Parts: sequence; structure tokens; C-alpha cells
Amino acid sequence: MVLTVIERNGDGTPTAESAEVLAAARDLAEQLGEPVAAVAVGDAGDLPDDLAKRGVAQLHLLQHELLAEGSPSCAGEALAQLVAAQRPAAVLAPGTDRSTEAMAWAAAELGVPLATACTEIRPGEPWEVTRERSGGILLEDAALDAPIRLATLRPGAPAPSETAAAHEVTVHVVVPDLDTSVPRARLVDRQPRAAGMTLTTAPVVVAGGRGVGSAEGYAVLEELAGLVGGAVGCSRVATNNGWRPHADQVGLTGTRISPELYVACGISGATQHWVGCMNARSILAVNTDPEAPMVTRATWAVIGDVHEVLPAVITEIRRRSGR
Amino acid sequence: MDVLVCVKRVPAVGSEILLTPDATAIDTRHLGFTIGPHEECAVEEAVRIAERTGGSAGVLTVGPPEADEQLRYAMSMGADHAVRVDAPVADPDPETTAAAITAALRELSYDLVLFGEASADAGHAQVGFRVACALRRPVVGGVKGIGLDGDRVSLRCEAPDGVEVHEAPLPAVAAVLEGLNLPRYPTIKGRLRAKKATVRVIDPGLATGGLRTLRLRHRPEARAETVVLGRGAAAAPAVVDVLADLGMVR
Ligand SMILES: Cc1cc2nc3c(=O)[nH]c(=O)nc-3n(C[C@H](O)[C@H](O)[C@H](O)COP(=O)(O)OP(=O)(O)OC[C@H]3O[C@@H](n4cnc5c(N)ncnc54)[C@H](O)[C@@H]3O)c2cc1C
Ligand SMILES: Nc1ncnc2c1ncn2[C@@H]1O[C@H](COP(=O)(O)O)[C@@H](O)[C@H]1O
Repeated sequence: MVLTVIERNGDGTPTAESAEVLAAARDLAEQLGEPVAAVAVGDAGDLPDDLAKRGVAQLHLLQHELLAEGSPSCAGEALAQLVAAQRPAAVLAPGTDRSTEAMAWAAAELGVPLATACTEIRPGEPWEVTRERSGGILLEDAALDAPIRLATLRPGAPAPSETAAAHEVTVHVVVPDLDTSVPRARLVDRQPRAAGMTLTTAPVVVAGGRGVGSAEGYAVLEELAGLVGGAVGCSRVATNNGWRPHADQVGLTGTRISPELYVACGISGATQHWVGCMNARSILAVNTDPEAPMVTRATWAVIGDVHEVLPAVITEIRRRSGR
Repeated sequence: MDVLVCVKRVPAVGSEILLTPDATAIDTRHLGFTIGPHEECAVEEAVRIAERTGGSAGVLTVGPPEADEQLRYAMSMGADHAVRVDAPVADPDPETTAAAITAALRELSYDLVLFGEASADAGHAQVGFRVACALRRPVVGGVKGIGLDGDRVSLRCEAPDGVEVHEAPLPAVAAVLEGLNLPRYPTIKGRLRAKKATVRVIDPGLATGGLRTLRLRHRPEARAETVVLGRGAAAAPAVVDVLADLGMVR
């Protein structure tokens, strides 16, 4: 059995990441000649019908009031109990923070390894995985030597599934035995994110690095972003200097983005920054150094000083649009 | 309050990464070493909490003797004491690392243990949760704010759909993110003090886990043929043509 951890949207359907994992699980299960099972938290709702179309034979529904509190210890403990009882060949989960945390706890509980951020899983003696190290700066081939193989998948890795021949889904409700005397974290408040454009949703991100020179220097980036309907981003040098808030930082320890256009101003293109913007559809680099890695990897480049180039671009946009 | 921070010595790679001939590791002959940004923020937070509460901030690493350099860096930022769990390899697997930290924590006293969300090189994103599980401590990940209230800690995190606040009784474990604070630069006084400080070394005798690196690879990269639109202000019309083609300006 290949057990798939399902995260659910507000309406109970599997998230996009979970759908990807289900597709990967089906491939893996086919190779092994074993069935696909799924585990989710909460009530059945329409989930069995949905999963039937994705080739799932068995759905385990975890139900416990503590599971609503969002603590990885509860989710991990519940998952470990199910895995210990079912002994699947593999457990696959989305590589989201929430599932990774639960899988890490479950792996520790079960005394087995966990491979995170995987892009490929290859059964064998022993099994091998390919995983992303530091957000994709490097790929790692690793042996995953365990009786039960736990892995999380990097979002976007496997091809989304076509619908499979519908199965009958049997549903098992499982009430995990969570020790109430164990100290746990509890969710006490949740505030929805304010609406509006963010770094991840903006079609254009105009980002600045050391080359911008100061906090005030970002005014031209703000202005350009406003004109093209984009958001402002930055490198870690800018955050470390206190020029920009950390929420603007693009990169390994900032935000990973995939806009239509990334405008990198005075940013050299260090690997830790690059992994944050490498999925942009196109890149325009503005840099004084024609050899800067950001320049040599960009779609378009302007060689020059940010504070000469951007004002001229802004003037040209205003001239053409009569604004 | 006594806070402990787990930090890892990692190579400070630039824009090109060289691998060792057998491709099992990064070629570090010409590289410096550092701790990850998440961990730097964890150290800063621990020092601030210790200052505020009159407690202590300790740093802990699992690694070879060279990793003392990173412990001293943390002490130059203001950490009071340092422990190194001796490991023969620079990049142990997550089960080994977690077992080593768990063994060390059983000998140390703490109210709060801070981890980075993910190590900067391997990025397994699991060591903190494994340790919390082994010690049966409450744990919260993705932490961007820490508040203390008597024997409880409140941890603010950014979830995909908003901000969440979790509360846990102490002692507790948290995995933190960069942005939690703005870490300070070490002072000269701090550096001198750190140079003279002692590092306590623990040797628990480590077994290895089931995840074993076979080889590292560069991701296949589509080489861009960069189109240079021009130099300086004179490139502006060409830039706006590109923006217009993309439908971003009229
Ligand atoms: C573990 C780890 C994680 C990290 N995570 C991140 C991360 O998430 N995000 C991130 O950004 N960095 C991250 N970093 C830091 C990263 O390694 C680089 O130090 C950083 O990205 C460099 O920022 P920069 O390009 O602005 O500065 P620099 O590398 O100093 O580059 C400045 C560039 O600006 C150009 N320039 C200078 N003046 C001008 C001018 N007037 N006009 C035009 N161009 C000019 C220069 O030619 C140069 O190319 C991380 C580092 C580590 C070790
Ligand atoms: N060798 C190590 N020594 C001390 N702490 C470590 C080590 N490896 C990982 N950690 C801690 O565990 C966190 C998560 O690491 P990882 O699970 O490898 O992503 C890191 O940010 C550190 O706080």
C-alpha cells in the first residue's frame, strides 16, 4: 500500500499539492503492484467520490478534537499510529510546512528516516529518492533505507494526474489515541491575511539589492512597480541593512516567486537569491556589472546604474502613456 | 529563562557551486562557513530573551571541531555558553543529528529550544520536530514572533492563509524563520569574549540513520541567451518596448 496524506481546502476537497501527491502515489503504487490509500483529517463529505476518481482504494479519516488545534505533535502522532497499524510500503505527503512537520514527528515516532522535498522516488534495494537541497540550489540523490519509506514531495514536482478508472473507496474512521497528558502547543488565534497584491501573486516584481544603495533609493522601484502593476522585492542585503522589511525578501530564506517578469536591480544573483526567482517567466536585470550572474542568466539586461536607468524608464512610460 | 539554540556549520556558497570529485559534497576548499539566516535570527532572539529575563542563551551544534567557529560566532553575538556534540562528519543525516541533540538536551537545562526552520545546506526541515518528539515537548514551526508570559510561550507564525498564534507550556521547542528579528553584528568586545570562551564537547557515540546521500547534482538549467537592451538611460525605450510586448504598459 502507498499511503497518501491529503490536505484539504476549506470546502473539504484535496488541495492542489495533495492532487499532485496522489498522482505520484498512483505511479509509485503501479510500479509496486499495490493499492493507493489516503489519509485525511475530518469528515468524509465529498472526499470519497473525489478520491475514487484519483485511483484511491481506501480512505482513512482521522477524527479527534485535538487535530483541529494544528499542533504537529497531534497530527504526527495520529499519522504514526495509522502507519504502524497499516504498515504501508510508503507514505507520501505534500511538501508544505504543515505536512512536513507532521511527517517529521511521525518519522521520529516510528523510528524511520524521512526524505523531504523529493522530486522523484525510485523503489529498489534500497529505495532511492531525488530531493532538492536548500530550496533547489542543488539536487541530491539519496538512499532511503527503511521498511516504511516516508517522503514529502516538492510542490510542482510530479505531473498532475489524469482521472483514473474509478475505484470503490472504502472509508475507515480512525479515532487516534492522543495522550491528553502530553504538553502540546494549541492554536489560540488565527487572522486571515489582508487582501491585496503580495510578492507571490504579483505579475511583475521589481526587486532591488545592494546596488540600490539606501532605503530612500527604493522610491524609484516603488514608482516603477506602481506603473506596471507590480510589487517591490529585495535581496537579503537590503533586509539586513534595514532598507526593506523581510516580507519583501526574495530567495531561499525569503519568498520564492514565479512572476511573469522579475526586474532585478543591483542584485548579483547569488544562489540563495536565485532559487527565489528562477521560476520567473522572464527576467530583466539592471546591473553595472555585465558579468554578474543575474545578468548572464537574465532574459534581458541593461548595463548601467539603477538610479540612471529606472528614472529614464519611468519617464519613457509616462511619455508614451501621457500620464 | 534559559534558551538553547541549535546551529549548523554550512558552507557559504556564492553564485557558482563546485562539487567534490565523488560529488557527495560541496567542494569547500575555497569557501568560508556560516550559520543559516534562520538560525542567526534564533541566536538573536535567544540573546534578547536572556537579556530581558536575566536568563542565559546557549548554542549547540552537532559537528566536527571546525564547527566551534560557528559557536564562537554565536557567542560573539551574545550567547553565554556553547556545546558541541562531536560528529565525525560535517553533514550528518537528520536522524543522527536529532539523536545527538536529544542526547545533549537531556544533560542541559532549558526552558525554550530554538531551531531554524530548515538547515541552510541540506534543508531537511525536520530535525527540530524529531527532537521535540523524542523529548515529548510542544513544538511549533514557521515561527516569526515569540512572546513570553510566565510559564507559557506564545508563538506567532505565518500560515498560507494568514497569521496564527499558538500557545505552549514551557519547556517548549520552536523552529523559527528569518524575519523574526534583525540580528545584530558582533561587537569587537563580543568577539574577544567569544575567542576566550570554552566550548563544552559531548561525545555520545552516534549511530547513522536511514537517509544516505549518494551524490549531489546541479539542476539542469536552461541557459539564457541574454539580450542586452543597452547601456544606462539610453536603454529606456528598449526596456519600455519589452514591457509593452509583455502587456505591462500601454
Ligand atoms: C544560507 C543563506 C541564505 C541566504 N538567503 C538569501 C535570500 O533568501 N535572499 C537573498 O537575496 N540572499 C540570501 N542570501 C545572501 C546571498 O548569498 C547574497 O549575499 C545576497 O543575495 C546578495 O545580495 P545582493 O545581490 O543585493 O548584493 P551583492 O551580491 O553585493 O550584489 C550587488 C550587485 O549590485 C550591482 N550594483 C552595484 N551598484 C549598482 C548600481 N548603482 N546600479 C546597478 N547595479 C549595481 C553589483 O554589480 C552587484 O552585481 C543567503 C545567504 C546564505 C548563506
Ligand atoms: N548539525 C547540526 N547541529 C546543530 N543543529 C542542527 C544541525 N543540523 C540541523 N540543525 C538544526 O535543525 C534545524 C533544521 O535542520 P534540517 O532538518 O536539517 O533542515 C536547523 O535550522 C538547525 O537549527
